[in-house]
Amino acid sequence: MNELLRNSEFIGAALTILSFEAASLIRRRFNNPLLNPFLISVIIIIAALKLMGLDYDSYYASARHISFLVTPATVCLAIPLYRQLAVLKSNLPAVLAGIGVGVLINAAAIVVFAKVFSLGHSEFVSLLPKSITTPIGMALSGEYGGTQSMTVVAILVTGITGNVAGEQLLKLVRVRRAVSRGLAMGASSHAIGTAKAVEMGDTEGAMSGLAIAVTGVLTVAVMPLAAQLA
Amino acid sequence: MRFMRQLGVILLVSAAGEMLRGLLPFPIPAGIYGFAIMFVCLCTGVIKLDHVEDAGDGLVDVMQVLLIPACVEVMSFWDELRSVLPVLIAASVVSTLAVLAATGKVSDIVIDAEERLKR
Repeated sequence: MNELLRNSEFIGAALTILSFEAASLIRRRFNNPLLNPFLISVIIIIAALKLMGLDYDSYYASARHISFLVTPATVCLAIPLYRQLAVLKSNLPAVLAGIGVGVLINAAAIVVFAKVFSLGHSEFVSLLPKSITTPIGMALSGEYGGTQSMTVVAILVTGITGNVAGEQLLKLVRVRRAVSRGLAMGASSHAIGTAKAVEMGDTEGAMSGLAIAVTGVLTVAVMPLAAQLA
Repeated sequence: MRFMRQLGVILLVSAAGEMLRGLLPFPIPAGIYGFAIMFVCLCTGVIKLDHVEDAGDGLVDVMQVLLIPACVEVMSFWDELRSVLPVLIAASVVSTLAVLAATGKVSDIVIDAEERLKR
C-alpha cells in the first residue's frame, strides 16, 4: 500500500483536495467556527492514512505537487493589498502603530511563555510567527529552524481564538472605531479572524484584510531579533 | 490563454523572488521577496492588475488547500507535539487576546490624536 501511494502522482493530491471539499461541506452544514475546514481536512487525511497503515513520507510523495503553488500564491497576496492601497494610505499612522505594537506584544507574550515553561528554541521559533497568514508563518518557521506543522497548529488555534472571542473582547476593552476593530482582528488572527471581521462590517473587513499583509511583513522584519530572545 | 498568461507573470515574479532568496543572506522566504516585488510592480504600474488578477485571486482562494500536505506532517511529530500542546494552546490564546486589545487600543488612540491635531 505504501509503495502504491509513493509511486502515484495523484492519489495523495486527490485525497487532499477531496478531504478539503468534504470538510467544507461539514462546515456549511453546521456553521460553527470551531469546525475549521483546514483543520478538519488535515484530521480526515491523517485518520485515512493511519487506518490504512500508511506513513507521511508516502503521502507527501504523492501530494507534493500541490505544494508547488504555495510560493506563487504567497506572491499574489500583494494583489488584495494593492487594491486596498488608498485605505492603507489614508490610515497609515494607525495601521503602522497599531500593528507594530501588536507584533511586539505577540513576540513578548511568546517569549514569556517560552521562559516560564522552558520551551526549546525550536518550539519557541515555531510559535513566534503564529499571528500571521499560514504560508508566511510556515516559511518563516522553516527558515529559523522551527517545526512547520507545529506552527500551523499554533496559527489555527490563534485564528479560531480571534474568530470566536475577538468581537466580545474588543467591546469589553472599548475599542470604538471600525478601523481599529478591523486592524485588531487581522493583526491578531489573520484570515480566520478576517472572516469574522467581514461579518462585523465593510470597514472592519477591509482593514482586517489589509492588516494580514502588513502584520506578515512586520513579523518578517522583527523575526531576526525576536528569534534570539529564547 | 488569459489565465495562462497571468500565471506566467506570477511564476516569473516567483522566480525573481527565488533568485533574490539565493542572492541575499537574509532568512527571508522566496515568497516574501516575490510578494514585495509584486507589490512594487503593481504600485509603479510595471504590472497592471489585469496582467495578474484572475489567476492571482484564484491562487489566493485555494491557498488553504495548497498548505494541507505540509501540515499533515504533524502526524510524524505527534509524540513531540503532544507534550507541548497545552502550553502551545495557552500561549496562542493568551497572546492572541493581548494583541487584539493592544492593536485596537493603540489604533483608537492614534486616530483620536490625528483628529485633535487636525482641529
